[in-house]
Amino acid sequence: MKGFAHSYPRAHINTDEIIPARYLNMDQEKDLAEHAMEDLDPDFVKNVRKGDIIVAGEDFGCGSSREHAVWALRGAGVRAVIADTFARIFYRNCINNGFLAVECRNISGKIQTGDELEIDVKDGVIRNLTQNEKYTFLPIPEFAQEIIDAGGLLNYIARKVD
Amino acid sequence: MGSTITEKIMARHCGRDMVKPGELINAEIDVVMCHDVTTTPAIDMLAEKGLQKVAHPERVVIMPDHFVPNKDIKSAEMVAKIRRWAKEQGIEKFYELGRHGVCHALLPEQGHVQPGTTIVCGDSHTCTHGALGAFATGIGSTDLAATLATGELWFKVPETILFRLNGKLQKGVCSKDVILAIITRIGVDGALYKAMEFTGELIDDLSVEARMTICNMAIEAGGKSGIINPDQKTIDYVKARTAEPFEVFVSDADAEYAAVIEMDVTDLEPVVAFPHLPSNGRPVSQVGDIAIDQAYLGSCTNGRIEDLRIAAQIMRGHQVAPETRMIVVPATSDIWKQANHEGLLDIFMEAGATVSAPTCGACLGGHMGILAAGERCISSTNRNFVGRMGSPKAEVYLAGPGTVAASAVEGKIADPRKYL
Repeated sequence: MKGFAHSYPRAHINTDEIIPARYLNMDQEKDLAEHAMEDLDPDFVKNVRKGDIIVAGEDFGCGSSREHAVWALRGAGVRAVIADTFARIFYRNCINNGFLAVECRNISGKIQTGDELEIDVKDGVIRNLTQNEKYTFLPIPEFAQEIIDAGGLLNYIARKVD
Repeated sequence: MGSTITEKIMARHCGRDMVKPGELINAEIDVVMCHDVTTTPAIDMLAEKGLQKVAHPERVVIMPDHFVPNKDIKSAEMVAKIRRWAKEQGIEKFYELGRHGVCHALLPEQGHVQPGTTIVCGDSHTCTHGALGAFATGIGSTDLAATLATGELWFKVPETILFRLNGKLQKGVCSKDVILAIITRIGVDGALYKAMEFTGELIDDLSVEARMTICNMAIEAGGKSGIINPDQKTIDYVKARTAEPFEVFVSDADAEYAAVIEMDVTDLEPVVAFPHLPSNGRPVSQVGDIAIDQAYLGSCTNGRIEDLRIAAQIMRGHQVAPETRMIVVPATSDIWKQANHEGLLDIFMEAGATVSAPTCGACLGGHMGILAAGERCISSTNRNFVGRMGSPKAEVYLAGPGTVAASAVEGKIADPRKYL
């Protein structure tokens, strides 16, 4: 998959920045999407295009367990997040939604906003088509990949229940 | 090689004799707690996937807490949906407004937390319940839906970091100061994916409630859970609240830890965490002159009766500073009643503070005490991220209940020890 990067090379971007709690009286992607990343970058929603990729520093998604963070990003058109590391609950929520979260150490400083990236999940490679660079990442665990392939945890469970 | 308490609980709940860190398991879940914000999406997901029957209604405990009393029409609709769903599913443990409370204060108070059990909730501060020797962790709405549907959830068995806390606390220093000091030392991702086990002389000395404050903030170091081996205090606390049988697990002396961190608390001062991370802790003596607009006492971290007692002791006979406002939020209805009975609410009101109904409220910037741009708040809560309590241009300083009370009196961040 290919997409254009939005680079936030900071550590500890938290769920309050991704979707502030004042909007948690809503849970539909289209409503949450209007406020994605609002307290970090008020222009994000204006600038993001369908299929874009967020690139961030360590511990992305720390804080609350609100899955609304994943839904806000997906609703805004974000196809994947690449980060140096992820906070645990956010990462789990990504897997459970079949939303691609790629952990790639030390990547955050190397990618500029606007770079065109190609993520090859099978080979564990991110290609920066703009800068003509290549970064490798550890493959997504098999169990997590099965959930992603099923389209999320509930589809995975629904199949098993059937 | 022995096992940690976390490994033992997980092994028991997946029907094995032993598990090791890194293994993926499917664990049976004893208690599924549901609050207003994360449960409604789970209900919709279950309906959409045709997984409409909750596997074990008797294991589900519901308590709307974040935006109650309902802050607007949308929040009211959320709670109304949960109420209807609970009825359809035959879920009887529903804590309606008036008997309600902040979920992590209410769950143990009402006897739903027992040692050796597994507990999940769509809330990151679920780690609180490890203070009673349970494995408890926060999850998202999809995980919540999956647990409701199947009674189980997948986990990677975490490695454990052991925190051995030695020494005795000075007067005026509390367990909140200890956990802020720990997070400041290891960072907000210092325990990422790991169980944080707390032990030592300090833990032995602390009340069960004070231990909850420590486990509550495990997530602020990135931890999957916080946990403490049950002792007689734990068993007495639980038996006073439930007749249900439970099994006590404790870590073996030769259990394997990812790291052991020793800390002596003898010289620890009250700690204040500066904006915008809980790891920005500084001893109160090095804070400097920081005027505050609001002091907030409440939340699942420090809204229990002992916290209110500490604050009231400091505020008795004093007034909230003229240009400062103080909000006191007893975390549960029973705590509210107890505080009223003990005259604590009178002390707060006489001092010029206001007392609200139990709610998560302003802790997460929901309602009942939102900050304007440029305002500063000292708060007994757990997070001081940008925008956490309102405007992204406001500042939140985290501290213990004594420091919050002393600061309200002085109108600036203040050391509680001089009032004791």
